[in-house]
Amino acid sequence: MVRGLGFALAKNNVDKSQIEDFVQEALIKILHSYDTFRGESKFTTWAQTIAVRVAFTEMRRLRWRDLSLDQMVETTEFNPDQIVDRSAGPEKQALQESILKTMHKVIDEELTEKQRQALVPDLVKQINQEEVARRLGTNRNALYKLVYDARQKLKKGLLAQGLTAQQIQQAFDL
Amino acid sequence: MGLNADAIKIIVRFTLVVPDQGIGCYECLDQIDQYAEKVLAGKEIPDALQLVTTHMQDCPECKEEFEALLAALRAMENSH
Repeated sequence: MVRGLGFALAKNNVDKSQIEDFVQEALIKILHSYDTFRGESKFTTWAQTIAVRVAFTEMRRLRWRDLSLDQMVETTEFNPDQIVDRSAGPEKQALQESILKTMHKVIDEELTEKQRQALVPDLVKQINQEEVARRLGTNRNALYKLVYDARQKLKKGLLAQGLTAQQIQQAFDL
Repeated sequence: MGLNADAIKIIVRFTLVVPDQGIGCYECLDQIDQYAEKVLAGKEIPDALQLVTTHMQDCPECKEEFEALLAALRAMENSH
């Protein structure tokens, strides 16, 4: 399993002793969750999966541990007028303005507080989900779903204006 | 202080690509072992696992773990 994990983490610059630590932790997890093995894959595959998860969880935790709460919290406030690209043609500007106003409305009125808190750290800052989740008092799974639901609300709101996704993309040169 | 244009664009981009149907990270990771074996064996991903594909396209962390797992399984297979 040490060799396997070594291959798994080849891109991540991890030294051998750390890998051995990860494997130790994985072995304990495997022993404790042995009864959850459903036999849908080979046992060795399942075990390797756990080792990879243990390693990544720990590596990400170490990477983000020095991030303060302040650095993670970011308002979702913005002023549509200030975001519009004033160097674009009048039609494009009008389109941008309309989209931005809708976004502002959805964020303000339809998203929950937790969704607002999760949005920027997760999508914009791309902070490790486990870390963001911990600060918000939740878990990675719930966080993904929070942001997923928020995005669904935003998408619905934007498309309800009668624009297509392509038109919205073009409005912002995406 | 508030969101700047770049941040807004990122949010718009991620909003537009949100999958119609989604599963969470735990559900994805719970099936990642079978998924990896299918990929390794060159088999087609069955309907029952399609949402795992969708999720990984939408979640860089799960995707990263999957690719690492695949690398490990491939290497171990090749060394026998």
